Amino acid sequence: MIDPHLYHVPRLGRHPGRFRLAGTPVIIVMLGSALTALPFVAQSPVMPPFGLLLLLAWRLLRPELWRAWIGLPLGMFDDMLSGQPIGSAMFLWTVTLIGVDAFEHRLVWRSYRQDWLIACLAIIFCLIGGWFFARITGGGEIRLFLVAPQMLWSILLFPFVVRQCARIDRWRVMA
Amino acid sequence: MARPPSRRPGINRKAQYSLFASYVVAVAGAVAGLLLVVIAIFDPTGFAGLRTVTAEVTRPVSVGLKNMVSGISSVDEVLAAYWRAGSQNVSLRRQVETNRNRIIEARAIAQENARLKRLLKLVDEDQSDLLTARLISSTSGSTRRFARLNAGRWQGVRPGMPVRAAEGLVGRVDSTTPNTAEVLLLTDTGNIVPVRRANDSVPAISTGAGDGSLEIRALSAGRNPFKPGDLLVTSGIGGIYQPNIPVAVVVRVQGEIAWGFPLANPSRIDAVVVERAFEEVVTRPDPAGAAAETAPANAMAAP
Repeated sequence: MIDPHLYHVPRLGRHPGRFRLAGTPVIIVMLGSALTALPFVAQSPVMPPFGLLLLLAWRLLRPELWRAWIGLPLGMFDDMLSGQPIGSAMFLWTVTLIGVDAFEHRLVWRSYRQDWLIACLAIIFCLIGGWFFARITGGGEIRLFLVAPQMLWSILLFPFVVRQCARIDRWRVMA
Repeated sequence: MARPPSRRPGINRKAQYSLFASYVVAVAGAVAGLLLVVIAIFDPTGFAGLRTVTAEVTRPVSVGLKNMVSGISSVDEVLAAYWRAGSQNVSLRRQVETNRNRIIEARAIAQENARLKRLLKLVDEDQSDLLTARLISSTSGSTRRFARLNAGRWQGVRPGMPVRAAEGLVGRVDSTTPNTAEVLLLTDTGNIVPVRRANDSVPAISTGAGDGSLEIRALSAGRNPFKPGDLLVTSGIGGIYQPNIPVAVVVRVQGEIAWGFPLANPSRIDAVVVERAFEEVVTRPDPAGAAAETAPANAMAAP
């Protein structure tokens, strides 16, 4: 029995296009941010920040793919759709990516568990930061407890998101 | 797995500078983002114009999906209805019978009302409705509660206009783009609505709690006058909302605060009505006579 994934093998002498190599991750993250366009009117912050989860997944899966400034354009796009004040994700995502770089610099051994730990810290940082920014820009008295469920299932969802990114990544690098 | 070596550019000068420059750009950009947030503290809708592109692009997608899922979203209600269907049927039938009498009474009162108004030569022309539209999506990942409306500036929607459904108040328009508008929902923590108790006009302020409930504080000092089951309607103070739009029902009382739930659940309702701001309706020159006189009276009734 052959693994079905192996049916699709790269052919000799063929390379994926540059757009596919560089554009796919960006487009995937943007699609994740655009999931707020789904026709649900939520009563509380229930949806995990898919843009952030995908950004972290790609960053941890492919450290050489992006420099830290990628958080600026992607964060800005997320701000335009998420309802947070403009600049919120720009700041939080970029700082997160710089932080991941610094973390990785010190870490000698890295595996799946360390990746998840890094992602956990990043998710907690970004959600609390987003909560704080929403609070100071006219949100009134928002309780921190409100983002706790979202935080929990964002962290639990992260491994699944990484798995899907890895699947897309295999398609991305194979011609 | 050992750490991938890609972050260390080695002795290649060009690679070192490039890495350094990328960090400079990132830090500068992060500071710029922080500045934008600081600007948003003083002017929350200042850069809302940037959202125009994304809002307009995602609108057709949201509308198309909305048409598909409007039936699915009530599936849980349908399933829950099967639970205890028999006993519920009996109690509902009893309720229908009592309600039938009340409807007949109400109809008589409405007729009497119309007759009395005619006697007073009071022309009750309601010109507040602007248009009917649908809520197509929302900020489901953010702590703020905005919903996107499928109508915008080109349809006459302006920031500040109240939005309601048949069941009650939904919120008010926060910002607009040519074909969409962001509605600040009633349950947003930044949305403050002046309300009064429907039966005896006890004034209060309703603030969203962000999780679908409302925090209601009475304006009078002393003991909390509310009790579970109280119905709250808008008081018309502030000039945005028409008086007497149903807002919420009180479910729990906790010290100074009463907790309520909005009567109109934005995730269930299909269409909403955008109204003109109350003050605009009242102060409009043509039907002025009648309407302008009722406004101070309402304001006096619920100070």
